[in-house]
Amino acid sequence: MAEELKLFRTWSSRYSLRIVQALKIKGLEYDTVLEDLSNKSDSLLKYNPIHKKVPILVHNGKPICESLVILEYIDETWKQNPLLPQDPYEKAMARFWAKFGEEKVLVSIWSAFTSQGKEQEEALATTANNLKFIEEQLKGKKFFGGEIIGYLDLAFGWMANLVSIFEEISNLKLVDAELFPLLSTWMDNFSNDPVIKELWPPRDRMVEKFKAMREPYLNKVIV
Amino acid sequence: MAPSDVQLLGSWASPFSIRVQMGLKLKSIEHEFIEENFLSNKSDLLLKANPIHKKVPVLIHSQKPICESLLIVEYIDEVWTDGPSILPSDPYERATARFWTTYIDQTWFPIMKELEKAANDEAKATVIGKVIECVVLLEAAFEKCSKGKSFFGGDNVGYIDIVLGSYLGWIKVTELVGGPNLLDGTRTPGLAGWAERFLSHNVVKDVVPEPNKLLEFYMMVKAARASSSA
Repeated sequence: MAEELKLFRTWSSRYSLRIVQALKIKGLEYDTVLEDLSNKSDSLLKYNPIHKKVPILVHNGKPICESLVILEYIDETWKQNPLLPQDPYEKAMARFWAKFGEEKVLVSIWSAFTSQGKEQEEALATTANNLKFIEEQLKGKKFFGGEIIGYLDLAFGWMANLVSIFEEISNLKLVDAELFPLLSTWMDNFSNDPVIKELWPPRDRMVEKFKAMREPYLNKVIV
Repeated sequence: MAPSDVQLLGSWASPFSIRVQMGLKLKSIEHEFIEENFLSNKSDLLLKANPIHKKVPVLIHSQKPICESLLIVEYIDEVWTDGPSILPSDPYERATARFWTTYIDQTWFPIMKELEKAANDEAKATVIGKVIECVVLLEAAFEKCSKGKSFFGGDNVGYIDIVLGSYLGWIKVTELVGGPNLLDGTRTPGLAGWAERFLSHNVVKDVVPEPNKLLEFYMMVKAARASSSA
């Protein structure tokens, strides 16, 4: 029986991109539904009525939401090219660092990108502290997954794309290659990996998009 | 007595700690419970076991620490496979369980915390409205997941049961301090029945604190905070 696999995503969503990457690693065929979040489709609202967000993976009519949950679903359903480690402790560590990436690293980098003055200085310091932990995780490894790309690489993948874009727009040094050599090398390796590199959204469009997103924050009057 | 290979650094009042205790109990895992005193400085053991977040719960298994309550519960389920399963075995049901446990902790619980901070009646009413919306969604989730049986996990207590269940003491405290009756038999009959059944389950015994004890603790923490910011 033919499997029906559909991915609802946007052209730029970093969360959706994780799923595109995972599906490619697993060698799976699927249909893409490109959404415009300012005009959400009825299908999106039907499949994700609670959060109304992308990505949504629909497998044989059943929707799965939340990118990290989708990654685990994909890994448990299609066993080739495993994404998560087999060992329960290693698995727990991968999940822990993925959560840390979402809750701390992404937040501090976004904060540094959108703030100014003292607030920005603090966000940069927080970012540097957070990155020290991530750097540690890469000791002796090419990827977070070891020799090959895995779950945690996909969870951190946004860094390989967005950090240089944010740095270009803001003139900030977010990931100093001297302070974080392993992380910088990882960003290059991940970005240029043959499975990954053709999947990045068009850079000029991304620069335009994030410049526009940053504007309102710059125009904020600091009282 | 031989030292246990499994230690749980936790706090009797913390829902995050409570759910791990429930997981350990479900699997009949012998362990040492090390109470972290919420009102005093963080212990050296905690700071060493969880240097990043410095929070409970932390499970220490064969001297390796695992942090973050949901991750700990999944770890327990994956390591101790001869006890009853906590998560379902079907990948779609597992994804559904993970979705709802994330929703409970990251959407519903932060709104509950807003209730405490609501400055006036109008703000309180707005937050109560949001909380009730969440609870109505959880009622629908219960109907779907339980498929007419006693728990989110079906006949047996499972992942969503222990995650939502770990908040039941605090839900009662919210009511005692004049908040809304969340698991009301009219609005959420499924959840009201579920809560009653869950609280009588043996996984809960000695683990879910008495609401009055929690209320006392809440008052003490509130007073301590007020005096430290005075």
